[in-house]
Formats: sequence, structure tokens, C-alpha cells
Amino acid sequence: MGLTGKFESNFITLKLDQAVNWARKGSLWPMTFGLACCAIEMIAAVASRYDIDRYGAGVFRGSPRQSDLMIVAGTVCRRMAPIIRMVYDQMPEPKYVISMGSCATSGNIYNSYPVVQGVDRFVPVDIYVPGCPPSPEALLEGILRLQDQIMKKKVFTV
Amino acid sequence: MKIPRGMETGDAHPIAQAVRERFPGIYLGSTLFRGDLSIHLQKAGLHAVCRFLKDDPEMDFDYPIHIASVDDPTQVERFEVIHEFFSIRKKWQVRLKTRVRADDCVVDSVVDIWKGADFLEREVFDMMGIRFVGHPNLKRILLPDEYDEGHPLRKDFPVEGRGWRDTFEFLES
Repeated sequence: MGLTGKFESNFITLKLDQAVNWARKGSLWPMTFGLACCAIEMIAAVASRYDIDRYGAGVFRGSPRQSDLMIVAGTVCRRMAPIIRMVYDQMPEPKYVISMGSCATSGNIYNSYPVVQGVDRFVPVDIYVPGCPPSPEALLEGILRLQDQIMKKKVFTV
Repeated sequence: MKIPRGMETGDAHPIAQAVRERFPGIYLGSTLFRGDLSIHLQKAGLHAVCRFLKDDPEMDFDYPIHIASVDDPTQVERFEVIHEFFSIRKKWQVRLKTRVRADDCVVDSVVDIWKGADFLEREVFDMMGIRFVGHPNLKRILLPDEYDEGHPLRKDFPVEGRGWRDTFEFLES
């Protein structure tokens, strides 16, 4: 860019999109949505050993109104589906969804009458984290990939 | 009654003897498997036997552990309802087995004897479709009230269900 190097050293130059996306990706406040055993790995990812907070995603909220990211961690039963959708609808934009584990992604082995065969059937999913359950590292990888996606988003249009 | 392989008759067990003595027409036989007593009963006498097991100080069954059901479509009396009771003071346990036909899958409720049987009977009704006469609030407990695909634990129910898991009516509004 033409402006590079024209200011003092404590200035940086970047596009406004980059600035906004950088702010967004650095404070992903997740919504606690542990539904099954995947929740335990999610909890491990938050705790000190893995520390999801290093990526700014450690402030777990009990309320969808205060969160940007819903981590659907576990088997989605059909009776839970309207509640997940309601919580998703209550989250303010911009919002992201991580489908954590095989169950949330595809129903896993539970090909039975009460289990929804993938949470993407009723909410849009940004990142799928495979595993049964995924290790905390896998969830961290998912969050890093989501951050990459956020950085590519176009926020302002003319 | 034919004793299945690997089991022995429980006729000599004091609980079985007491039930047979008082309810000779109801008592069909009993089995003993590794110390667990199962008494097979005629459906009509189930409630009276339960009342006896609860109220008689010699029996003293104060705790309904579980009520379960089994579906065997090859049998004329297709469903089997299994009541398990425990006596906390006497530390003994009994299992009652009652068979019902598919066209008449109704048994007497024991909620008036043990309050704790309420949810157990509702679960059997929800999953297997066996009705309990005298139950104060016999409706589905695990599945939603408006669920209309039948009773999922029956052998003729498809494992994948009948489309409920794939219909999301809340998306349309």
C-alpha cells in the first residue's frame, strides 16, 4: 500500500475490513451448548492445560444474547432441535456455529428415531470438527480455522 | 410352567411359596437364576399380588426398583411386563412377570400401592404402548405428547422412526 512507511513506527496501516475482522476473531465468545460427552472435551479445552482463551474464545456465556459462537458439542436429539434453533436465533449477528464431534455432524452411529442426523439440518454450520469425541487440540484447530474464515469475510460493501 | 435352560425352579423360595399359597389360580410358576427369583403370574391377579407383597409384614416390599417390558412377536401373549420390587428392611428382591396379548395390552396400575411406580409405568406406556388401568396421569414421558409414530421399543417399529427426526416444523414460521 502506498501509505506504508510514511508514518512513525507506532502506526500500522490496514484495511478497515481487516481491522473489524481482527477484532471479531479475537473475541469469539462461545455459547455453552454441551449436549453429551463432547462437552467434557470442550470443558478441557477451556481449562488451563489447553486454554482456549489464548485465542480469545474462552469467555463462555450462559446466554445467547452475549455470544458469537455456538459450539454444538454432542448428540442432537430431535426434542433438543427447536431449543438449539431458538438459541441460534437469539444470538446477535455476526454469529458462527461449530459442529463438534461426529454426533453433531452426522448423528454418528445413532441412526435411530430420536437422533437428528446432523445439526446442519436446521442451523447453518461454519466448521465441522470430526472425532468421537474430538480432542481439545481438535477443537482449538476448529477455532483457528474459523478465525481464518472470519478474516476472509467482507464486512463493508460499497 | 417350563423352566428355561440354565435356570431352576423357584417354587421352594419362601416368597414364591407365600404367593402360591394365597393366589393359587394366579401363580403360574417361578424361576431362580443365580439367586434371583422371578414369579410368573396371570394378568388378572397382578394388582392383588402387589398389594400383598407391599402390605404383608412378612414380605415388606417397600421399593419398586423397576417396571420393564419385553416384546416377543412370536408369542401369542406378545408382551411381558416385568415388575421388580425390593425390601429395604429385609434386603430381598422379587421379579414379577406378566404376559399380555397384543390386542389387549392392558395391565393394572400399581401406582396406588407404590407412588414411585408412576414414572416407571409411564415409560413402559411411552416405549411399548402397554396401558396401565388406574394410572392417574398415563401420558408419554420421554417422547413429546404429540408424537404419533407409535411406540418405539416394539419390534415392528423401524429403528430410524417414521420421519419425525427429519421434520423441523419450527423452521417454517
